[in-house]
Amino acid sequence: MYDLLPALRLLGALTTMFSFAFLLPAVVSWVQGDGLLGFWLAAAGASFGGGAWMWAGLNGYRGELRARHGVILVSATWLLLPLIACVPLMAVCHAVGRELDFSYAYFEAVSGLTTSGATVLTGLDSLPLSINVWRTFLQWIGGMGILVLAVAVLPMFGMGGSQMFRAEVAGPIKDNRLTPRIAQTAKGLWGIYVGLSAACFLAYWAAGMPLMDALMHMFATVSLGGLSSHDASFAYFDSPLMEGIAMVFMLVGSGSFALYFIALRKRSLRVCLRDIEWRATLLALLGGGLIVSLVLMVQGHYDWPQALRHGFFNAISIGSTTGFASTNFLAWPAFAPLFMLLLSGVATSAGSAGCGIKMVRVLILLKQARREMTRLAHPRAVQPVTLGATVVEHRDIFAVLAFMLVYGGTVIVLGMVMVLSGLDPVTAFSAVIASVNCMGPGLGEVGPASHFGVLGHFQVWVCSIAMVLGRLEMLSLIALLAPSFWRH
Amino acid sequence: MKIIILGAGRIGESVAGTLVSEQNDITVIDTDAARLRDLESRFELRGVAGNGIEPELLEEAGARDADMLIACAAQDETNLVACKVAEQMFNIPTRIARVRSEAFRGESPLLGREGFAVDRVICPEDSLTRYIARLIDYPEALQVYEFAGGRASLVSVRAVAGAPLVGCRVDEIGAYAAGEAVRVVALYRRREDGPDRFIPAAEGTHVVPGDEVFVLAARQNLRAALAALHRRDPQTPRTVQRVAIAGGGRVGMRLAQQLVQDFPALQLKLIERSAERCQMLAARLPSSVMVLQGDATDEDLMDDESVGESDFFLSLTNDDEDNIMSALLAKRMGARRVLALINRRSYADLIHGTQIDIALTPSQTLLGELLAFVRRGDVQVVHSLRRGVAEAMEIVARGDERTSRVVGRAIKDIKLPRDAHFGLVLRGLPDPDAPLPAEEGEGSSPAAEAAEPEVIVPQPGTVIRSGDHVIIFMPRKRLVREVEKLFRVSATFF
Repeated sequence: MYDLLPALRLLGALTTMFSFAFLLPAVVSWVQGDGLLGFWLAAAGASFGGGAWMWAGLNGYRGELRARHGVILVSATWLLLPLIACVPLMAVCHAVGRELDFSYAYFEAVSGLTTSGATVLTGLDSLPLSINVWRTFLQWIGGMGILVLAVAVLPMFGMGGSQMFRAEVAGPIKDNRLTPRIAQTAKGLWGIYVGLSAACFLAYWAAGMPLMDALMHMFATVSLGGLSSHDASFAYFDSPLMEGIAMVFMLVGSGSFALYFIALRKRSLRVCLRDIEWRATLLALLGGGLIVSLVLMVQGHYDWPQALRHGFFNAISIGSTTGFASTNFLAWPAFAPLFMLLLSGVATSAGSAGCGIKMVRVLILLKQARREMTRLAHPRAVQPVTLGATVVEHRDIFAVLAFMLVYGGTVIVLGMVMVLSGLDPVTAFSAVIASVNCMGPGLGEVGPASHFGVLGHFQVWVCSIAMVLGRLEMLSLIALLAPSFWRH
Repeated sequence: MKIIILGAGRIGESVAGTLVSEQNDITVIDTDAARLRDLESRFELRGVAGNGIEPELLEEAGARDADMLIACAAQDETNLVACKVAEQMFNIPTRIARVRSEAFRGESPLLGREGFAVDRVICPEDSLTRYIARLIDYPEALQVYEFAGGRASLVSVRAVAGAPLVGCRVDEIGAYAAGEAVRVVALYRRREDGPDRFIPAAEGTHVVPGDEVFVLAARQNLRAALAALHRRDPQTPRTVQRVAIAGGGRVGMRLAQQLVQDFPALQLKLIERSAERCQMLAARLPSSVMVLQGDATDEDLMDDESVGESDFFLSLTNDDEDNIMSALLAKRMGARRVLALINRRSYADLIHGTQIDIALTPSQTLLGELLAFVRRGDVQVVHSLRRGVAEAMEIVARGDERTSRVVGRAIKDIKLPRDAHFGLVLRGLPDPDAPLPAEEGEGSSPAAEAAEPEVIVPQPGTVIRSGDHVIIFMPRKRLVREVEKLFRVSATFF
């Protein structure tokens, strides 16, 4: 156990860093004069003090971070920070007379940080602004990754930085470094993320969204989160222009930020266009939108302009794991919502803010499957699995297969647990899939017009765990349960 | 500094590992992607797989804004071409190439701007050969590093019980060597249960038998200083007469050539495993070198050739384990001093100073040469010590009392970081960058006399002047930056 203390020391540093996030709702609260300023400042002070105490108290345990430390740190971070984020949420909700149990508050915080965008709250429009800002801001922080941000801004990581980076950045192939120093890479990724956020904010604002709404929806859009400050989600605005802007940024956000980094460095968009995963992601989202629109049109649910608008918006929003809704799509033919739910598992790139299986894994699996088929007819054919020009190594293929097994197993086990707890199968499985993909609304009782508050305490905890598992790509958290992790 | 290193071999790896720890941004190019991944996982650097002479790949590796290219791939051709490409396509300001072939030494026009545009040729085998030759020249020393063009040397020596200076306090050594430029800068004390412990050479520290003592001395005082720490009867000179070398590879051969040249009286035996190689060696080397075919871990051969009676046994094969075993064997048989070439740093750490007197990491000698190149400012010479943990540095003090925190101040007033230690001060060295301002007073002498530099043992009251070369010992690498900062001239200087 003692050899893990260096990781805990860094956890203290992260907590200290996270405390600064409370300043945003504090400022909003101060400007609005909603009387919650004290809560936010107390939260900032407590997490700053607690983190600094932990950091200083473990000062003797410096030492290089190993792979083990990376795993424990990333898991601990993603379990502890929602706790720090949810306690003030409970307090402010209590202060405005809306009781929020701990299970639900934790769920809300996890949902924000993992960029799921599922909520347990109703009557969002009547909540004080600072609460909504905090909920949506959590998504923005979690989108690019907390540890990645720490590597970018805290100077003390050295080699350990790359362990943390690897543990948090999604995707099966993590070897391609972008810059000599990992801190530069992290800064570059956050820089692009911030730039994209600024563009999105200005676009919303220019399109006529109120200032704070533009800010909050920007948080939810570029991070592929989907928490809204309105119960009606995007339908509140009922503006095709804003939906168009959202679609553009959701599509961009589904791509790999590492890819954008390279494109920016080479000053050429061709880098993106040539990237097979980027093309496949875009194709999946746009193709999905087209299919949903056609279904809506053919089945006569809408006339064609409406079918295209809602079909594309909802398919892209759900498929990219954002989870905004422009209408209650559960009223659509059953094919459409189910299709969109499944699309959310595959239609984001590795290295984006989205979760789920990731397009690159799907591509590898498809190519592997094709290879097996070729082998039936030509047993001696040599046909490496390639992504663009690079050959995928065997161990990476095996890693993808293992991931798929764990992903499928997680969905089935957690889904069955939810069924056992008394939910109907559609609600149970859709809630688990929506959580694992960090997407947001599910089907049945947890559909877009409803919320996760209808679930019980136990069921909400299952969803919280599913979201963290999905964000950390399953294995980090599960590895902690393996005896081999604790043996040394 | 942004540095591109071409080639992830042994040299590339140790260069990258050292430079990365000094706040440089390192990108390594190699054709072996698996090797690069291994490096990436151990050091904070970026690997780019591919052929490093292709402009496109160099650009991918960041050649556009790189400050330096160090080409140390296995092939000379690759390194030379890479330097040319770096100069012509990307204008990388500093280009260093590892060149094994002797045809490109010195002032070859092929290396100039019109040719391959190499600023500096490095050859690890050459550095190593030079270094080992110095060790044979000073047989008591464990390490010999030169400063200021050889005017002063830093040596480390194992203190032997009964030698005149062993048991003395560090400050008494100054009295023993009155009038001689000798100064103890650090001690490393052996411990049973762990790595050697650093002991600062403060006043009141005693030299205990078994200590590895780092001594700085002017050239003419070096032998006396070594003898006083290592020999019971320092008066009789000790010379090396019989040397046996195991391993007739590049280093072994070059060393044999150089030793025959430098010490004609030496009896030299060279043991090499490959019969074919032996033929070649015997044909190339002067007949005074006896080339023996056989295995240096073969006890019978060693016995027959009386390796046990040699003054110096060097095992220089490519195999760490073989080197360790044959050196142990030679020591057991009675060789007076044995040296093993060990590539893996951790092995070298384990072995150094045990039964094997000297464990030498080949890249270590090279690193010093490179580091002086990479460091900014007025760092003249850098020697990486104790396998990269400690360092000794020759740095020029510049500026005046207003702009420098060193010049015009007495040693006792200069705030050197803790544990860093002033060695010697060299005054009056010719300075190619900025000619020394005319000095008044203090017996200003005609130019001919001023050309002979003065080696000063710094006393608390010694005042540093502009243009002085100061040698500083730092037990931890971290201190290097602080010392460099201390010597930096503030902006108003120019």
